[in-house]
Amino acid sequence: MYVYQEFDEAFVRERVRQFRGQVEKRVDGALSEDEFRPLRLMNGLYLQLHAYMLRIAIPYGSLDSAKMRQLAFLADKWDKGYGHFTTRQNIQFNWPQLTDVPDMLEALADVGMHSIQTSGNCVRNVTADHFAGAAADELEDPRATAELIRQWSTDHPEFQFLPRKFKIAITGSPNDRAVTRAHDIGIRMIENDAGETGFEIIVGGGLGRSPFEGKVLRDFLPKDHLLPYLEAVLQVYNLAGRRDNKFKARIKILLHEGGLEDFRERTEKAFEEIRARFERPAGEMIDAIAKWFEPPVFNNVQTHAFDKALDANPAFRSFVETNTDEHRNPAYAIVTVSLKPIGGTPGDATAQQMRVMADIAEEFGHDEIRVSHEQNLILPHIRKADLPVVYERLREAGLATANAGLISDIIACPGMDYCTLATARSIPIAQQIATRFDELKLEHEIGPLKIKISGCINACGHHHVGHIGILGLDKAGAESYQITLGGDATETFALGERTGPGFGADEIIPAIETIVSTYLDLRDSEEETFLEAFRRVGMTPFKEKLYPEGKSGEARNAA
Amino acid sequence: MARAFTPKIVTANDLLVGDVIYLTRSGAWSRLHEEAHPATSEEQARTMLEHAQKQSDRIVGPYLADVEIGDDDRPHPVHFREVFRTRGPSNYPHGKQAQ
Repeated sequence: MYVYQEFDEAFVRERVRQFRGQVEKRVDGALSEDEFRPLRLMNGLYLQLHAYMLRIAIPYGSLDSAKMRQLAFLADKWDKGYGHFTTRQNIQFNWPQLTDVPDMLEALADVGMHSIQTSGNCVRNVTADHFAGAAADELEDPRATAELIRQWSTDHPEFQFLPRKFKIAITGSPNDRAVTRAHDIGIRMIENDAGETGFEIIVGGGLGRSPFEGKVLRDFLPKDHLLPYLEAVLQVYNLAGRRDNKFKARIKILLHEGGLEDFRERTEKAFEEIRARFERPAGEMIDAIAKWFEPPVFNNVQTHAFDKALDANPAFRSFVETNTDEHRNPAYAIVTVSLKPIGGTPGDATAQQMRVMADIAEEFGHDEIRVSHEQNLILPHIRKADLPVVYERLREAGLATANAGLISDIIACPGMDYCTLATARSIPIAQQIATRFDELKLEHEIGPLKIKISGCINACGHHHVGHIGILGLDKAGAESYQITLGGDATETFALGERTGPGFGADEIIPAIETIVSTYLDLRDSEEETFLEAFRRVGMTPFKEKLYPEGKSGEARNAA
Repeated sequence: MARAFTPKIVTANDLLVGDVIYLTRSGAWSRLHEEAHPATSEEQARTMLEHAQKQSDRIVGPYLADVEIGDDDRPHPVHFREVFRTRGPSNYPHGKQAQ
């Protein structure tokens, strides 16, 4: 785990001190809301529907027990005893009071955390594969590179007022768990023919109002060139990106309007001009940072505890089947701790649950915890021999729901239960879907199925890349939900296709049920997943069931 | 004939707590929607909003929201967003509904 250097520490403390003064001035009346708003947003403080919301950066989703315990402390002391983990691997507190926020930031600084660049038109929290450093399929741990990008982009003087926000994701595995194709810049670590590790640079991906799959800008960038190349991309975007229209200001629109070739030419030109200014090769810096991300000293001693528990406890067996993944060390497993209890709020954890996670990580997990963009927590290094005990601890804390990757493991944005931008609610839809399929006892039969729900067109819930995507809208003063099918966030990336007219709040759960039963009827075997079946048969069979003749007329079209 | 004016209330968020607040008849702020004072003309609505905008040392983001006057003579929110703002989130008993 990267530990803040003196420079980082001084910088964060200074920012807290500044913000404390700004809050005082706002309360005194010396600052108007128009003056204060950009200042609070620079510190991750939003004003939402019912209260303020503080968004805290979790760089590349990595936490240790000390950080997790401090988040639990914040939840208890200044919030309502829980926190919400987000699709940017961050955490949000939904109920802070304005004058408490400087103290919250101070408490975060005590453990090397902050809220800087979690809002505004700057480079946001860099996200990474949540299995980084543990996955069996990994070429190289992406976290050292992610940390270098964090250092480079934090308070970068040239990029504090970009045309719009800017999101970077990185993966070190061929299996893309970081959604690199839906980011402003997606970085994939790859190996060239000479056996050297470098980066494939993907640009212009994004969801939101106009979803685009990112395009490969450089098929192999040597490690040493990373920072000047990223700087070149940002520089071109900063100058050429549209500032006249907020909805056209993201880099994806610049690429779409100007074309990939034009953007590439400008980037390469800028790169040639600035590369000499970067004296130290990025590869050297990554190597220096990598010492903070050394793999733990694994304990390879095996016991019979794991096999015994598998035989004796069907619930444990089910948990292992769905919620563990292959670790690079065969004696270990990667554990996904689901924050999607049936009927619960996706991504929420209580302070008590955070402390349980911290205790388990410290005792059994080499002190590492990750936040996944799918709003779950990950224990990346759990020895299989310890899994039965870890499972029991999780179960006691309500953290052992065996549903990772299944229909109730839903991404949902806060929606209109919290967010001022939302046009409809997301959370109740997620709760109802999970509850309904739990009643039907179909979850395991359905198999891998990712449902992603956004409460507005900005797509924080990644609905475009859900196998089933749900978008909540306001249609003539009522909540209405559009469905997309066939989206895919991984290396076989696809944007979902709209089924047709939307469904009312009381129609959306039956509609999801119709889609799932259609899939179960038409799949060619139990092994054929929803996504595979959809790719084989296309939209038509689903459409026929969703909009049977006679019902697709006026009522539907009006919805 | 001019189109009938939809009654409006002025709503905002409290600066310190962030909670939803409503402008009352006396010009003070209440946490309760039922105590909001409905403007019944365009001009009255504008005057009330201007009054609110001058209080930016205590409130944030005032705006006009449509209401219906019920049989109980009280204003009721028209849009579902405003209904949610009168009670809080649907996933926990937090916010106004807890009080």
